Amino acid sequence: MPRLSSYRDFDWVLLGFVLLLSVISVLEIKSATLHTKFHGFDHKQIEFLAVGLVLMFIISLIDYHVLIDIIPWAVGISLISLVVVKLVGTKVLGARRWINLGHGVHFQPSEWVKLVLILAVARYFWGLSGRELTWPDIGKAFALVGIPMALVLIQPDLGTALTYFPILVMGLFLGGIRIKQVALILLALALVGGIAWKSGKRLKPYQQARINAFINPDSDPKGSGYQIRQSLIAVGSGGIWGKGTNRGTQTQGDFLPIPYTDFIFAAFCEEHGFVGAIGVLLLYFLILMRLIQNAQTASDLPGSFIIMGVVAVIIFQIAVNVGMVVGLMPVTGIPLPLLSYGGSSVLFTFLALGIVMNIRMSRFVN
Amino acid sequence: METGHHHERSSSGPNGKAEKLPAAKLHAAGYLIALILAVLITGLWRLQVLNAESFRSLAEANRIRKVPILAPRGRLFDREGRLLVDNYPSVSCYLLREQVKDLDADLPLIAQGLHISVDQIHATLRHYEIAPKYQPIPLKQDITPDEQAFIAAHRDELPELETLDEQRRLYPRDGFAAHLIGYVGEVSEQMLDDPRYAFYSPGDVVGRSGVEETYDALLRGVDGSRDVIVNSHGKELGHLGQELAIPGKDLKLTIDLDIQRAAEKALEGKTGAIVAMDPHTGEILAMASRPTFDPNQFSVRLTKNYWNEILNNPDHPLLNKTIQAQLAPGSTFKIIMSFAGLQEGVAQTMHVQCNGGGTFYGQFHACDHAHGIVTINNAIPWSCDTFYYTLADRLGIDTIAKYATSLGISQKTGIDLPDEVAGTMPSTAWKLKTQHERWYPSEAISVGIGQGAVTVTPIQLARALSGIASGGVLRRPHVVFTDEVPPEMLQAIHETFPGSGDQTVPLATENWEIITDAMAQATTPGPFNTAFASHLEGIDFIGKTGTAQVMSHAALARSGGGMRTRPNSWFVGMAPRRNPDIVVAVLWENGDWGSNSAKLGAQIINAFVTKQRKHENNIRIATASEPAKPATAATNPPPTAAPSTE
Repeated sequence: MPRLSSYRDFDWVLLGFVLLLSVISVLEIKSATLHTKFHGFDHKQIEFLAVGLVLMFIISLIDYHVLIDIIPWAVGISLISLVVVKLVGTKVLGARRWINLGHGVHFQPSEWVKLVLILAVARYFWGLSGRELTWPDIGKAFALVGIPMALVLIQPDLGTALTYFPILVMGLFLGGIRIKQVALILLALALVGGIAWKSGKRLKPYQQARINAFINPDSDPKGSGYQIRQSLIAVGSGGIWGKGTNRGTQTQGDFLPIPYTDFIFAAFCEEHGFVGAIGVLLLYFLILMRLIQNAQTASDLPGSFIIMGVVAVIIFQIAVNVGMVVGLMPVTGIPLPLLSYGGSSVLFTFLALGIVMNIRMSRFVN
Repeated sequence: METGHHHERSSSGPNGKAEKLPAAKLHAAGYLIALILAVLITGLWRLQVLNAESFRSLAEANRIRKVPILAPRGRLFDREGRLLVDNYPSVSCYLLREQVKDLDADLPLIAQGLHISVDQIHATLRHYEIAPKYQPIPLKQDITPDEQAFIAAHRDELPELETLDEQRRLYPRDGFAAHLIGYVGEVSEQMLDDPRYAFYSPGDVVGRSGVEETYDALLRGVDGSRDVIVNSHGKELGHLGQELAIPGKDLKLTIDLDIQRAAEKALEGKTGAIVAMDPHTGEILAMASRPTFDPNQFSVRLTKNYWNEILNNPDHPLLNKTIQAQLAPGSTFKIIMSFAGLQEGVAQTMHVQCNGGGTFYGQFHACDHAHGIVTINNAIPWSCDTFYYTLADRLGIDTIAKYATSLGISQKTGIDLPDEVAGTMPSTAWKLKTQHERWYPSEAISVGIGQGAVTVTPIQLARALSGIASGGVLRRPHVVFTDEVPPEMLQAIHETFPGSGDQTVPLATENWEIITDAMAQATTPGPFNTAFASHLEGIDFIGKTGTAQVMSHAALARSGGGMRTRPNSWFVGMAPRRNPDIVVAVLWENGDWGSNSAKLGAQIINAFVTKQRKHENNIRIATASEPAKPATAATNPPPTAAPSTE
């Protein structure tokens, strides 16, 4: 039956905030790549954003229940694509994360899997709603997220793998997990973590180095510790008002590592200071609050779950990325949504927003 | 999939329970988000508000590199303004240890590109271990254009390499005046511990010997610096400001290039030393020592081979023998003996019968000839040992020591060059102090002919003997004109190099005439005259030879002869005989008879006098060309050179 959704209910305010951040992103990418061989990435980012916007509008027209219906298939395809990327993916810096689709287009399945998992978790917990979570329920939820997570982890891509985890946590939280169960899970995790720590060799050398560098940044001045140091210097030297667009010495002098992706927030902080940083974080806050509001007004449970899944992923990435930039978190290689350069990241965000829009437009149905 | 059974699009869940998430949980999520953002803002606050200043200075330290602008070292000229030591532009390669990620991985490439071994780089790194990390350390000096191109081409792979334009010392070739000029080198760790070098830092180039060392503070100038903006690869993006270098002061040495050349030529192929001085002022006119070394090899990093070659040479090429060789003066000491004997009123009346030696304290002491009756007037030109054995016995060691010491024997002269030695003058007190033994009068006999324990340096001998010829006026020898040096520095140099300096000793006019006339006779043809072979026709040239045994007769007999057993040959010559304009002291090690040295000394004196005559002729010709006085120039015969005839 035809659905009565209308663009009157499209969340133009949310889109406005998102576009504002996108503009900031493009400007900062331009500044950060000004004197480098990556000059012109700002234009590519605009292209990604344009494609993202189009996809967002298209997705917003598709009833999200349809997506939920086909999600088991999507999960299956995701798992296959993760296996395929491990086998035939393009190797970049020792990790197979990309599938070359030809014509210079690379596809990163792990980013797309994020979206699939949000929908799958929503569908899973929807099916469990109305009763208390049992241990098998929890175990299956862990398996649902854990298997793709493990496949991404062995690419190896710790950063993206970690972003799957908040989807699970949010699902369990909203799905009604009890305190006692949480306590037991935490205990088990601590135990496993302890054993892993003892056996040591669980992490790749560069991951070990990153964690070590986080603990002691001065130990390896040109390694991971160097990145954190330069990031702290960039952020700190920005001061309250910043050094101005194109005038960050850390950013322009190539001291700050990858200032257009993982460390874009450091570049932004250097050039626009504490005031600019607060502004960006405020925008994130408004976007997230707007999303939560949409989750609240969603017409059904899966809608709310999906939106909260998106919220979980975004806030997790903000926490880890900004936390890294200001020295509160280790270097994990997680991009900052809406700000970092990168097609896959932009597409995820806008596809997710498209689904959110559809959920919102469906809220007064029935 | 467990959840595959949901197909109905109902507003109620599969179990007909709540269709809405509890608001409390969504609020909780909202609060958690706010909390996370608050924590992040706290982190930003800590960096951007509380510690902004320190991070700002770290950011500045990152991008601004102080590149030193090295001050060109002052050049050295001879007394007539002829260039002796110049600088030439050169490029050195430095290593920036802060710029390097994994030096060990880069080493093979660096070693290959700069044509040095990995071990050498390791040695350099060890040497600079104590230096602060931000300080660039010199990897290779004076690199070739090829090596410069290598560094430029590998800027991205090897950001730790940097080149620096420098001025490098260009010394005369073949070790010409090397001991006098000295050389520059990196400041050593030992020197850094010395308070005099407090303001130097490791890697600084300083004078390590000769004039370069003594006058380093004047010559070095003040380095400047340039603040350069760089990126993380060390590439220059621009520059902020600069502090220009103040060039070192050029110095005029008292050396006369022509006399120096004569001295270098005279010593060619020999071991020994020649020093020439203006006795009126103490200005050194020439200073040469053999064997010599190439200071150019020292101003760049020394090669191991060259260093070993120098170390293993038994004749010590680095030794400046004019001020560092302390040897028995032989018969040249007889002038000092004559001075003592005449001033004591003893020598004038002595008539000694020389039968080819004499017996003192039961031991026979030989003389070269049987001179017959000898007085002070022919004892000097004949160098009669028997006369001086007798005089020494009459005076006693302490009287000899008193006069010798008053002339600067056993004391440094105070020349403005490092590492001068004092020599030895034996006396009863000296023997008691050094050997804890009583002095036996018999020991004074050989001292009378400049053997025994007495040792002198060529510079001491030149100063003492020319002091006598100058009527008792002795000067502090120096190689840089005193008016070239600021007074406070001159004072400091005198304190750093203490010595007898400027002095006047009492010398009766008649004694002065006896000695100088007798010394003049020595260089004129005549039987027994020891230096007649060096006679210079038309030049009032006086001198005294010395033939100092390097081992006892007994040891000589055992050794069976050979180059190194030959006596050292000495000569001190002056012109004119009284108040001389030049004194030259010659030491020819194992040069056999003193007359050999006298020939070398004569060459120097001749060069000096010839030059003076030319000079005066030039002036006269210039005067003659003036139209105002053509008659005067034509009628007056050309005057013979002033120093030659008395």
